[in-house]
Amino acid sequence: MVQLTLPKNSRPVEGKVWPKPQGAKALTEFRIYRYDPDGESNPRIDTYWVDREDCGPMILDGIIWIKNKIDPTLTFRRSCREGICGSCAMNIDGTNTLACTKAMDDVKGTIRIYPLPHMPVVKDLVPDLTGFYAQHASIEPWLHTSSPSPEKEWKQSPEDRVKLDGLYECILCACCSTSCPSYWWNGDRYLGPAALLQAYRWLIDSRDEATGERLDNLEDPFRLYRCHTIMNCAKACPKGLNPAKAIAEIKKMMVARQF
Amino acid sequence: MADSKLRIERPLSPHLQIYRPMLTMTMSIVHRVTGAALYFGTVILAFWLIAAASGKANFDVAQAVLGSFLGRIVLFGYTWALLHHMLGGIRHLIWDTGRGFGPEARETLAKMTLGGSIVLTILVWIVAYAVR
Repeated sequence: MVQLTLPKNSRPVEGKVWPKPQGAKALTEFRIYRYDPDGESNPRIDTYWVDREDCGPMILDGIIWIKNKIDPTLTFRRSCREGICGSCAMNIDGTNTLACTKAMDDVKGTIRIYPLPHMPVVKDLVPDLTGFYAQHASIEPWLHTSSPSPEKEWKQSPEDRVKLDGLYECILCACCSTSCPSYWWNGDRYLGPAALLQAYRWLIDSRDEATGERLDNLEDPFRLYRCHTIMNCAKACPKGLNPAKAIAEIKKMMVARQF
Repeated sequence: MADSKLRIERPLSPHLQIYRPMLTMTMSIVHRVTGAALYFGTVILAFWLIAAASGKANFDVAQAVLGSFLGRIVLFGYTWALLHHMLGGIRHLIWDTGRGFGPEARETLAKMTLGGSIVLTILVWIVAYAVR
């Protein structure tokens, strides 16, 4: 059910304004969503200042600097710091992206950071992605075959291999799905752009032999057809992929198989 | 662990409140809003047709209501909603063929829908006043 406003316990309040670092010449203001699961209070927005001369250029550098120098309780996920693990996905300056590949200079003025939208918050910038991963698992993202296994590998022509470009690169950061208003309102039943992009990746894999079953699994008013081409997914994807296009291709396959 | 809560009521992270409005997203909302507005437009059309079918006196009342300044503003809005929704529908048809998803194409399509609906609405009214 569509609920445009946040539930009472989720509305952020004004939080702590942390002191500016002393003697810093270039400061950048960060306003960051905080939620402490051990307390009883609502989420809050804390204000920090980062000394840019003492800090790397990326948003992730900034929040690591805050954690090291100002507030060690600030919690977020991060790992590779080069846009390949997908851990540091968050809402920065109003758009979902990876903190490690987004430069501070690309944001004008104050840098506002929230967890990925419309998700249960575990702590601060860490959302609960259990449902998101379960949806990915539900499309069975592995090769399905019925013919006898070849002696060596399942072969694929270079032309068929090219069809997987723009699909296999997905890092499952959840930027796309959590940018999608349709996923916000129906995330319990709509698979969302990330899972559907992966569904398409297996649908057009020339080696996969379960295309029919895969399409059957998606033939549902919600699972596939809640995509209304809002395009937030394609705009958010930090890897430059296009889930909206992949979903359109699945819809085309649905129609084509009726003839 | 004695005082630990059995189940934590996790807050929901902010969504619509904080997401940066984008053209394609806004156009999707406008498509829905115009679609809903067309229900009321159809009621107006039905009202006008019923009035026309039920005699001159009733038709004169309907004409006076719809021909008033306020009536014309509503009709102008109805015209725009209809044309915008029609162009939005064509945009969806293009998408259904798998085209128009690229970073530039989707922006261009959105701008063409918006600009086209405004231009067409003004054209319809210019023509309507000219042939009156």
